Amino acid sequence: MENRAHIRVEGLNVHFGSEHVLKDISLSIPDRKITAIIGPSGCGKTTLLRSFNRLIDSSEGVRVSGRVMVDDENILDARAEVTHIRRKMGLLLQRPYPLPMSIYDNVAYGPRIHGIRDRRRLDEIVERFLSKASLWDEVRQRLSQPASVLSLGQQQRLCLARGLAVEPEIILGDEPTSALDPQSSQRIEQTFTELKSDYTIVIVTHILRQARRLADHVIFLYLGELIEQGPAWDFFNNPKQPMTREYIKGLIS
Amino acid sequence: MDRRKVEEGIFRVLMVLATGLILSSLVMILLTVLVKGLPYLSLEMVTQTPRGGYYLGKGGGILNAIIGSLYLAGGATLLAILFSLPVALYLNVYSRPDARFVSVCRLAFDVLNGVPSIVFGAFGFTLMIYFGLRASLLGGIIAIALLILPMLIRAMDEVIRLVPRELMDASYALGATRWETALRVVTRQALPGILTAVLIAFGRGIGDAAAVIFTAGFTDAVPTSLLRPAATLPLAIFFQLGVPVPEVQGRAYASALILTLLILIISVAARRLSRRLTRHVVK
Ligand SMILES: Nc1ncnc2c1ncn2[C@@H]1O[C@H](COP(=O)(O)OP(=O)(O)O)[C@@H](O)[C@H]1O
Ligand SMILES: [Mg+2]
Repeated sequence: MENRAHIRVEGLNVHFGSEHVLKDISLSIPDRKITAIIGPSGCGKTTLLRSFNRLIDSSEGVRVSGRVMVDDENILDARAEVTHIRRKMGLLLQRPYPLPMSIYDNVAYGPRIHGIRDRRRLDEIVERFLSKASLWDEVRQRLSQPASVLSLGQQQRLCLARGLAVEPEIILGDEPTSALDPQSSQRIEQTFTELKSDYTIVIVTHILRQARRLADHVIFLYLGELIEQGPAWDFFNNPKQPMTREYIKGLIS
Repeated sequence: MDRRKVEEGIFRVLMVLATGLILSSLVMILLTVLVKGLPYLSLEMVTQTPRGGYYLGKGGGILNAIIGSLYLAGGATLLAILFSLPVALYLNVYSRPDARFVSVCRLAFDVLNGVPSIVFGAFGFTLMIYFGLRASLLGGIIAIALLILPMLIRAMDEVIRLVPRELMDASYALGATRWETALRVVTRQALPGILTAVLIAFGRGIGDAAAVIFTAGFTDAVPTSLLRPAATLPLAIFFQLGVPVPEVQGRAYASALILTLLILIISVAARRLSRRLTRHVVK
């Protein structure tokens, strides 16, 4: 990969109690590309994603070792400041979780906690990021309504706008379309393709076709081990590992 | 006949019986209060303080006890919220869910919840003596606050526990601290349940007699200071019921009716308010 790596993972191990969930993972995620993390369910995709922004800290009985370098800072370092790390990454979960407040306040939530109070600036931020998430036209008339009135697909785009509003460099998505209907999924995918010129995007997916459609770079996990990673074209057309070959075939047929 | 059908039938009958029993005793209580109290209810009762000889059947009302009870239960509820919300948030947001300490706390609050209110009264009284405080509105507020604190904590704890972890994660992922997440997201999401808990606590506080008997004292005047004694409706009912004059006993039931109506009005008002405050809650 000739591109600069935005996230570099070195020897990452994660244990939950006695269970060894991620085993000595080393990988790199290229800057301003879409990287897909694929693998069967339970193989540790979510765990890997959650170690990128240290959300994994709040899990019960978790032990993490190794290094995760973002912009040359080891974010797993005990001295690293988590709120600062998390600001660099927007997160989309498997299901949209809008905050219990209005559409406007959802997007303004992040900027507000980071100190922006000026109403005009907030208005401008809300409009800009709702547009980026291609939701502005649908909600401009009802910004003060509760976020829960939106459809699931709209809620997921709202969550995207909310994440973008803290001006991250990276977008993390944990199967972000799995709760959505095909049309809403397609809109999210389309938005991702539009965003990748400005952001590094990492999505977890168990849908191989989605990975094929979107990904520039693919990471394949199996039972907590990294099996193969590489540019999407090579990965799908010329896999090096026999296991990758089987996985690709198995899910296609 | 099929054994399972018989079982089904037996449990059906039992459930209907239990429901009927509870509903009919509730109706009977309300009817008794209504039938015995309504004839004695007058504008004078709710707008005037007792005049000389009130407890022997002369004129006046129980405004002192109405205002006293509202101050007392209101103050105690506010005080209890101030302590219980942080505790409930701590148990769910700050501490790890698997921590031993958390389950010990929950158990402790459950035990405290079962302690009779007279014990809280006695404890409050001991505290007051220690601080050189006489029977007063403040003393009563503290005793009632102590009384409702455990149930308020546990009730809030239970609703805050239902807030999805992912919702908190969404807030953390934006760089929010635990404090910001607890206050702006968790509390808001749990607000309907918190309000219900507060309402129940208020009802229990305003209706309790044993905790205030030593701590708040009793007076015929409307309280004007935290350090003066305050009358309460449950004690007013108790004193009036003990007087062997039919007129006064009738007023005791009228006082009970006033207490019931008070709780009803406050509940309805709070529900109204809560509907406005909670329209943002995500289901
Ligand atoms: N908080 C947790 N506590 C204990 N075990 C967990 C926790 N989260 C995940 N695991 C375990 O880690 C493994 C990987 O889970 P996960 O990362 O969610 O997989 P995936 O997202 O690929 O389906 C699973 O075996 C799961 O049981
Ligand atoms: Mg997962």
